Amino acid sequence: MKYALLIYESEKIWASLSKEEQGQIYNEYMSLTEEFAKSGKMKGCEPLDPTSTATTIRVRSGKVSTQDGPFAETKEQLGGVYVIDAKDLDEAIAWAAKIPAARTGSIEIRPVMKFD
Amino acid sequence: MSQAARALDRIFRAESGAVLATLIRLLGDFQLAEDALQDALTAALESWPRGGLPISPAAWLTTTARRKALDRLRHLKIAETKKATWALLKRWEQEAEQGVDAADLSPVADDQLRLIFTCCHPALSREAQVALTLQTLGGLSVTEIARAFLVSEAAIAQRLARAKQKILRAGIPYEVPARESLATRLEAVLGVLYLVFNEGYLATTGRQLVRGDLVEDALRLARSLAELLPTEPEPRGLLALLLLHDARREARTDEAGDLVLLEDQDRSKWNQARIQEGLRLVEDALRERKAGPYQIQAAIAAVHAEAPTAADTDWRQIVLLYQALLVHEPTPIVELNRAVAISFASGPGRGLSALEAIEAIGNLESYAPVHLARADMLHRLGRVEEARECYRRALACADNEQVRRFITRRLAE
Repeated sequence: MKYALLIYESEKIWASLSKEEQGQIYNEYMSLTEEFAKSGKMKGCEPLDPTSTATTIRVRSGKVSTQDGPFAETKEQLGGVYVIDAKDLDEAIAWAAKIPAARTGSIEIRPVMKFD
Repeated sequence: MSQAARALDRIFRAESGAVLATLIRLLGDFQLAEDALQDALTAALESWPRGGLPISPAAWLTTTARRKALDRLRHLKIAETKKATWALLKRWEQEAEQGVDAADLSPVADDQLRLIFTCCHPALSREAQVALTLQTLGGLSVTEIARAFLVSEAAIAQRLARAKQKILRAGIPYEVPARESLATRLEAVLGVLYLVFNEGYLATTGRQLVRGDLVEDALRLARSLAELLPTEPEPRGLLALLLLHDARREARTDEAGDLVLLEDQDRSKWNQARIQEGLRLVEDALRERKAGPYQIQAAIAAVHAEAPTAADTDWRQIVLLYQALLVHEPTPIVELNRAVAISFASGPGRGLSALEAIEAIGNLESYAPVHLARADMLHRLGRVEEARECYRRALACADNEQVRRFITRRLAE
């Protein structure tokens, strides 16, 4: 089954870390991504730029309205996503628990929709 | 209900959980397994009274349900999604033609274990875990679950449907967890069974003090869990705890239905058979030296059960056990129980100091037992006016009617 592991983390906390601390976490992500790739279970992974770069749009009555910022102000922000192929939810949970942000933020596990 | 129908009902209750568990594995689909089992039960109602009971009712039900599932799939004709199941069923058909022994289709104990871990998976809400466990393993109908939890049938039906949907779509496995995660996953299972028991035993809402059926269901499920996991001592600890609590059921209320405190209970009304079984189980479990919270709580209940009168209670032992429990469950409620034990072991003055330490850290202002405990200690110290004030505060936050009546009686004394 395919799962998206959505990484939520407080951008504020991230920004408050020193360069060394940020570097350490980057390295953790690098080696985790490598481990994912080697296992053959990874279908994709994309880190996202912070929500300060986000643009939210809505189409109402055919008209596009554009707005600066994320769709909602939340304590933790979506910071990236892994898409993996796992046997079942337990395997997905085990992988999600390895993501560094799981210790400080949260990982939301969502099955990728199947069309049958 | 006729005698035959009652006998069948008893067999269905005892067997359906095990049969369903095996069917879910064979079919890989909760809903199909349930529907097929229903069909098989209907068939049994027709054929058993005429042809007599099969040698193994469970194997008969499993075999019949499997055939019924095949019929259902034939009618469904949803080729793509059911392809895998279809192939599986085809294979069984061939096996059947080749005369595979029917005993091979008897429910497998491991299936029940798989099912209970699936139903109590932490990715499901606690409410969903409870409803699923009662329905699939307990054999309770939607109506029975709704009545037990004072929730509408529609709400329970929806809760169950959502949970089954999530199991299917989120890929919640139908497996006994791996060794490294067994302990944490087992905690969830034990938590569900304890909640079902307490819901029946304490009945925090409504007028009735004990909802006996849920107590029986919890005991039955705890018993089978202990049998299914003989190498783990905590399930035995839970079963012992439930038995020792339930042994006091008759003595917990008086003729008027009012609550009777442990110290005032007529101990001759305690169910000795349950006590003996509970004591045996907890001793047996503790021998494995893997004490967990349920074994410790059972040990505490055992100390009470072994005291011929309230005055004979070994409170020092109980204080030590609560201390051990705090390691596993560092909650203000366990601290409260320890403070009460201290008040009996070393005097109400000591109990009060322990209580004050908890009140300083815990947020228990709206928790009636804290005020009741304090009231009792103050009363024993002869500080009657302060005690009355505490009883009044307890009354303001108690929601069980029996507990409220108990407090009102105390205030009238």
